[in-house]
Amino acid sequence: MTAQALRVLIVDDEAPARSRMRDLLADVSAAVQVTVIGEAAGGREALRLAGAGDVDVVLLDVRMPGMDGVEVAQHLQKLDPAPAVIFTTAYDAYAIRAFELHAVDYLLKPIRAARLQEALLRVGHDGAAEPEALHDLRQAPRTCLSAAERGKVHLIPLEDVVFLRAELKYVSVRTAAREYLIEESLTRLEQEFELQFVRVHRNCLVARAAIRGFERADTAAGEGPWQVVLAGIEERIPVSRRQQHIVRELSRP
Amino acid sequence: MARSINHNAHTGALPDFRNLGILLRVLLIVNGIALLAAMLQVPALRDWPGQFTDNAVLVEPLLLLSLLVLAAFNTLLHRLPYAVAIMAVVAIELGLTAAMHVAGRGLFAELQADLPRWLLIVALVTAMLLVYFDLRGRALSPAIAEARLQALQARIRPHFLFNSMNAVLSLVRQEPRRAETALEDLAGLFRALMADNRELAPITQEVELCRQYLALEQLRLSDRLQVEWHVDKMPADALIPPLTLQPLLENAVYHGIEPSEIPGVVSINIYAVRDRLHAVLRNPYRAAGNHHAGNKMALGNIRERLLLHFDVAAELTARVGDNAYEVRIAMPYVKAPRR
Repeated sequence: MTAQALRVLIVDDEAPARSRMRDLLADVSAAVQVTVIGEAAGGREALRLAGAGDVDVVLLDVRMPGMDGVEVAQHLQKLDPAPAVIFTTAYDAYAIRAFELHAVDYLLKPIRAARLQEALLRVGHDGAAEPEALHDLRQAPRTCLSAAERGKVHLIPLEDVVFLRAELKYVSVRTAAREYLIEESLTRLEQEFELQFVRVHRNCLVARAAIRGFERADTAAGEGPWQVVLAGIEERIPVSRRQQHIVRELSRP
Repeated sequence: MARSINHNAHTGALPDFRNLGILLRVLLIVNGIALLAAMLQVPALRDWPGQFTDNAVLVEPLLLLSLLVLAAFNTLLHRLPYAVAIMAVVAIELGLTAAMHVAGRGLFAELQADLPRWLLIVALVTAMLLVYFDLRGRALSPAIAEARLQALQARIRPHFLFNSMNAVLSLVRQEPRRAETALEDLAGLFRALMADNRELAPITQEVELCRQYLALEQLRLSDRLQVEWHVDKMPADALIPPLTLQPLLENAVYHGIEPSEIPGVVSINIYAVRDRLHAVLRNPYRAAGNHHAGNKMALGNIRERLLLHFDVAAELTARVGDNAYEVRIAMPYVKAPRR
């Protein structure tokens, strides 16, 4: 073999499916040289393994408990270089249509060795999945946001996030403990998490669950504009004039 | 083993006088006729309530007594050929009318009215009801044939089929014996799906089917899926519509177990209280699920088939309790004929 072996990570919540994938990878080894660098039963474990060592391809089950395959793929994008992703699914009419639409590589379970071989041979050419395609594939909001840190993916559970604020080309993600910068659009975040977050200002989304109340800012001229008081942080977020109505809607009696 | 309650062709059948739905219909129709009669009898329409009460005093005792007697002779009547059974019902009604007429002579002045007129009215109303129930039976009969089709619609999810196939394939090389058992279970499941599911089937058969299904799921999910059976009080001779429990278990696994990272328990409790058969299924509930559409479809399908078999005598309720989703089914305890 002249080419270096593909380093593969197998991700599936079902043990028999992972073992089947190992068998198949062994079967195609004559045509594609692969090294299985690990198996993961869930999204978090997959991200940990992918961050720990270099992975070329992630064979990723779509339907998994906790964090589904599409979300895992989105977080994997934060790695540099991001591994190629080949989705596997038994049956998901919606996902399959979306994969076709965005030319995302996928394998139908039970997987045939020949199909797996084709998909692996394509990996070198196409590169990683497009972030835009992944965004469109998603059926449910992510459970976590993610930021790249020292070559690894750091997951920020959504329930820890107190507010999201647009800053120049980044969005600052604030938790009670610290702040992260992520490269995403605030408008997209607002659409995705409309149930959990509410826009209080042109540049700021606040977690509904973190709102402790509203108060008037003290200014020299008497009563100033409304501000949001948030759980766990000192900072007050101003409510813009256009969003004044949320003060009434969200004030606790 | 064919235990048939609904023959393929509808050849005229007496209504089941012990079925709550039938009883309610009889009560409603006869009282409706009494109301109509009251409206015709009074000179001014506004007087109808008084006349209706007068009519009810006459009609109600006979009506209730008739239902009681017919319910008592229900089994006997159903053994007779349809034509004979009809005549028997009419004869019972006429006999009761005559008996009431004699017994009530001293109580009601109205009963002085001539007996033949009452006998004629009772005979006509009885005949009308029997024709109605026969027509209704004919109307529902194709629907019962369709129950089979509907059972197929409550079919196994492709998601389950393909994942199971994948799991079996993974076993073929390392554990051929377990692969064999799994394939046998899968075959059993599909045999049940493709069977003629119009007729009631032994509950033990359904439970066996459920066990095969759960064995396949446990193959994939291993200890994430824990099953608790409470069937010590299940009557082994009970008959139920086929594929009543298995689709519910499939829902329980799909919605309650698969989306969760922590292991969960699916519990099945089947028992009989007097003439009612109860099945209670529980699974862990996750508030964040977004798969409710499929679940509603399966519930609706089972509810519809229960309705076809038992009318209003069966019910299916689903509710969300403390972190658990619970489906309860109650239906008449139909015993398999002894052989």
